[in-house]
Amino acid sequence: MAVIINKDTRVVVQGITGSQGQFHTGQMLAFGTQVVGGVNFDKAGQEVHGVPVYATMSEAVERGGANASIMFVPAPGAKDAAYEAIHAGIKVLVLIPEHVPTQETMEIMQYARQHGCRVVGPNTFGLISPGENAKMGIMPNHIYKPGPVGIVARSGTLSYEIAFTLSNNNLGQTTVIGMGGDRVIGTNFVDALELFNADDATEAIVMVGEIGGIQEELAAEYIKQHVRKPVVAYLAGKAAPAGKRMGHAGAIIEGNRGTYQSKVDALSAAGVKVAALPWEVAELVKESLK
Amino acid sequence: MKLYEYLAKQMLAEHGVPTGGGIVCETPEQAEAAARKIGPCAVKAQVLVGGRGKAGGIKLANTPAEAKARASEILGMNLKGYTVDKVLIDPQLTIEKEFYVSITLDGMAKLPLIMASAAGGVEIESVPHDQIVFAHVDITTGLLPFQCREIARKIGLTGDLAKQFVKVLTGMYNAFRKYDAELVEINPLALTDNGTRLVAADGRFNVEDDALFRHPEFPTVDEGTELEKKVKAIGLAFVQLDGDIAVMANGAGMAMGTLDVLSHYGGRPANFLDAGGGSGVEPTAQAFDALLATSPKAIFVNIFGGITRCDLVSEAIIQVKQSKGINVPLVVRMVGTNDVRGREMLAESGIEAYTEMGEAARAVVKAAYGKEA
Repeated sequence: MAVIINKDTRVVVQGITGSQGQFHTGQMLAFGTQVVGGVNFDKAGQEVHGVPVYATMSEAVERGGANASIMFVPAPGAKDAAYEAIHAGIKVLVLIPEHVPTQETMEIMQYARQHGCRVVGPNTFGLISPGENAKMGIMPNHIYKPGPVGIVARSGTLSYEIAFTLSNNNLGQTTVIGMGGDRVIGTNFVDALELFNADDATEAIVMVGEIGGIQEELAAEYIKQHVRKPVVAYLAGKAAPAGKRMGHAGAIIEGNRGTYQSKVDALSAAGVKVAALPWEVAELVKESLK
Repeated sequence: MKLYEYLAKQMLAEHGVPTGGGIVCETPEQAEAAARKIGPCAVKAQVLVGGRGKAGGIKLANTPAEAKARASEILGMNLKGYTVDKVLIDPQLTIEKEFYVSITLDGMAKLPLIMASAAGGVEIESVPHDQIVFAHVDITTGLLPFQCREIARKIGLTGDLAKQFVKVLTGMYNAFRKYDAELVEINPLALTDNGTRLVAADGRFNVEDDALFRHPEFPTVDEGTELEKKVKAIGLAFVQLDGDIAVMANGAGMAMGTLDVLSHYGGRPANFLDAGGGSGVEPTAQAFDALLATSPKAIFVNIFGGITRCDLVSEAIIQVKQSKGINVPLVVRMVGTNDVRGREMLAESGIEAYTEMGEAARAVVKAAYGKEA
């Protein structure tokens, strides 16, 4: 089992003909993902790695049977492309681009909410369910393996580091969810925890968080009330100064909000084991599964 | 990006919000002429730091001659590190009551949030929650007048003043949407003219950086240090810190994690640098070069190759080493895509590369300070 995407997910790639779109379509296919089409209005009829390019999203849905979309469209075109996907009936939408204006992200989220579409991102590395050969993202293929751990992360590379250590310790993953580093995102910690909590195959949950915002604090509240599976967390940004944006739009300590300590305290109080160093996560997961 | 008060008020005035009609001036003579039109006025320094009144950046003038004198005192003065090059000549208001109203982006609700209070004129953080009205706006519907009327009533405005408030809030929201703001704030929204008129006495307007490409009309105000500007120009995320070990990692989370691990072992990071995922050799070399130019005690490179190829990172480092030389200790930790090749390349150039992050962090601390911390 897995969450959000599985072997039945039929993926369309918006922006398939760009260099990112082409490269990652190849990688997703290599992982075994069912990529059923791509979209580019001006390049309809072409193929990318044998995948047909359609002119519009409705064509990709009607003719290709797509039910999920991953978007590589640059930020200025993201709103239009997202609306097109949701309008065409896509139910899982993964937004890769960074720097989408926040007000436009809010419009996308509201439109998605009204149409029952799950959005992941923006500014995310995507999703991967190793046991289902399903990948909608830009993460390296070789660092994951099937297993009982659900991972949800705000950042890409740091979660790769942690997933790789878990895999090397024979702790594979059900699904890895990249939430994205922006201030407004479609699927957050609480959403992911809810999904992993209800998934029978997931036996332990790993959260990779960071400074800024109050998502980890809200997650702690949710865990306290609803989650009975072990949860292990690693949080980045302990050494970060206040008032500075650390790469991600959302990674900033504003006033006394979003500090490392506030998150550690909240999660610890909810029974979450917080690793002080990234490579300690695997050990904590192993202990919690005994 | 923050806008100066005069620009903030200009944006608001364009959308029908009464702002008092102040005039922005760059010389004492202009200030004198402006005061002749406006009458008794306040001379206000245009800087982007808070607390300018207490720091002497706002002075009252009753005559044009006084306005000229006050302007010549304020123009050129240094306010918390910023040199004042513009003043706003604003009419003096007789204020009966001060309100607060703002629109921000609420990341958790994923919607714009209006905050309004009858306890204005002070920092909103110091106002008790039960004295603030909170209201979200459905961004696909827009702000409707009924919602403004509800808020007006809750902060005690009725009759004609409520109508004025609807106009103010609607104008704020329209400006907020048009210019992709992340904050529009009027504090205080002043009740003047014997309680008959609402005027925006001060205004803040922050435009979201990610939307600036749509608004070339705004003058760019870059608040970073020289080094920060230089690295940002390469297109990479960079923050200067006060330590002495320069750090480069790929990915924002990884870069933050690297600072944490380094600090854990007693290292003092000199910077945060996200060298990006999948950056080419050239930007990586430029970033590395910029770090070298800060004369750190050591450099720590931490790469988890996913989309980033380790061999290309090695190529960038070797390129800098060959062209300029690297005269401080360099410690590289490298795993992931093409890591074996990447480490071999470094070894051939006499640079030691590690696979374990902790081991590498300890090595760089020792190299920088000459002892294990």
